[in-house]
Amino acid sequence: MKREIISLQEVTFTYAEEDTGVRPAIQNVSYTINDGEWVAIVGHNGSGKSTLARLMNGLLFPQTGTVRVFGEPLNEQNLWDTRSKMGMVFQNPDNQFVGATVQDDVAFALENNGIPFEEMVERVQASLVKVKMSDFMNSEPHHLSGGQKQRVAIAGAIALQPKILLLDEATSMLDPQGREEVLQTVHQLRKETDLTVISITHDLEEALLADRVIVMNQGKKYAAGSPQEIFERGQELIDLGLDLPFAMNMSRLLRAQGVQIGADHMSEEELVNDLWTSHFNK
Amino acid sequence: MDISLQQVSYAYAKDTPFEKRALYDVDLLIPSGSYQAIIGHTGSGKSTVLQHLNALLKPTEGVIRIGSTEVVAAKKNKKLREIRQKVGIVFQFPEHQLFDETVLKDIMFGPMNFGVPEEEARQRAIELVRLLGLPEEVMEKSPFDLSGGQMRRVAIAGVLAMNPEVLVLDEPTAGLDPRGRKEIMELFYRLHQEKGLTTVLVTHSMEDAARYADRIAIMHNGQCVLQGIPQEIFSDEDRLMDYRLELPQSIKFQKKLEEMMGKKLSTLCLTEETLAEELARLMKKEREI
Repeated sequence: MKREIISLQEVTFTYAEEDTGVRPAIQNVSYTINDGEWVAIVGHNGSGKSTLARLMNGLLFPQTGTVRVFGEPLNEQNLWDTRSKMGMVFQNPDNQFVGATVQDDVAFALENNGIPFEEMVERVQASLVKVKMSDFMNSEPHHLSGGQKQRVAIAGAIALQPKILLLDEATSMLDPQGREEVLQTVHQLRKETDLTVISITHDLEEALLADRVIVMNQGKKYAAGSPQEIFERGQELIDLGLDLPFAMNMSRLLRAQGVQIGADHMSEEELVNDLWTSHFNK
Repeated sequence: MDISLQQVSYAYAKDTPFEKRALYDVDLLIPSGSYQAIIGHTGSGKSTVLQHLNALLKPTEGVIRIGSTEVVAAKKNKKLREIRQKVGIVFQFPEHQLFDETVLKDIMFGPMNFGVPEEEARQRAIELVRLLGLPEEVMEKSPFDLSGGQMRRVAIAGVLAMNPEVLVLDEPTAGLDPRGRKEIMELFYRLHQEKGLTTVLVTHSMEDAARYADRIAIMHNGQCVLQGIPQEIFSDEDRLMDYRLELPQSIKFQKKLEEMMGKKLSTLCLTEETLAEELARLMKKEREI
């Protein structure tokens, strides 16, 4: 049975309330995210992705419409309680460290929430093991690579045992290996726990990993569906300022060269197999 | 204007307990008019090299020649001003450096600081707003009211307004959406071709290095371990792995296919477009046999 964990109903938000000439950052957006889902929210710069993140964790409140988290409308009263069940990882790995060592940093939020010392030690260790950073417990955060820093940030978030992990462009400043490390970590966490993951991104390879993709355009919800359904839109996504996964792009380029391709393939394996069976294996 | 690094070493906080060597005996020649990519894993020394290219950092050992100017540790340089005008650096997230009231004023700040008359600086700024594809109405707006992609362009215009001969780019597309990324990379390539701007691109993206650069240098643990044309650099996957780098996606895919077919394409395909062309050609040949 699918249970709703976050929902937006006809939410509109504008940063410039007095100036009606400015387009609202979010216009009449509705969606529901279910418990245990991995949802990617994609869109061009300025499409409203990050505003959505701030609406979902109560940094901003909509002018009209309702944001419900854990079944309750989000308001000033339940805000803190809600946030303690929602882990956040931001874009810049250097802006989110407070501790002098990796383990201090992971412990920070636990201390703030009054977790007893013995339990704290256990949780810090367990979280660092989950993100494969337990060898770095006593390292100084600024000596880590970008990918390692983001994994520590994830450990800090999951130490609180949140229901939801919100990644706001958490991989966009990392090199390819760092990005891979972080995505692997999230993938693994999802296998081991029933964590709900919301990733805000314009990395299409990241969106491919999600169960469902929501596409934002100019502050409005443009489309929602499985990665397959979304990427089948092809050219439409490019027109929105997005990109296609490598294999799809390659399929399209080959077709433009007159090569017969069965479909726009999502994965490289599919495309290799298609090329092999229909063209070379004769 | 050629830039050359000869046996350049650099240590941060030299002669203190916190001394940290960042570069070891780096030799690198960037010929005038070339498009040079510098790639390497995080912490490899890429950014330290970059800061030497307009003498923001001076080598602790070795020599840097920027055009006819020599930069060495011991000597005080009087010509740094000239170097800073001729070598423009677009740092990561350059929009963080915007500060003025309007877009035009922000772009004009650099040239006016170097003594360009106000009217001429204004003309240059207007031309650049157009060249960078920004809407005309942004000129009198505050740069802080623009979108992230537009702010990035204004900051880049501010560097171009100095009329540099060399343009150094440090991850210029970080944080931009795919279209913004492509547009900015195409713009730099056009400037490189049309104005003959020597371009140095520091990047994590093997795809961008393969597509745009005519020379690539790999930094690893503070050393420049390999230099060459893209075809050479990307011909040896194992060696790249040693430096914790990867192949561009098009070449990775080409290798998968080649393995399956049991034969090789005639060339290493640096872009998806060339790979599609090569494959189409090969299939046509197979059909004719």
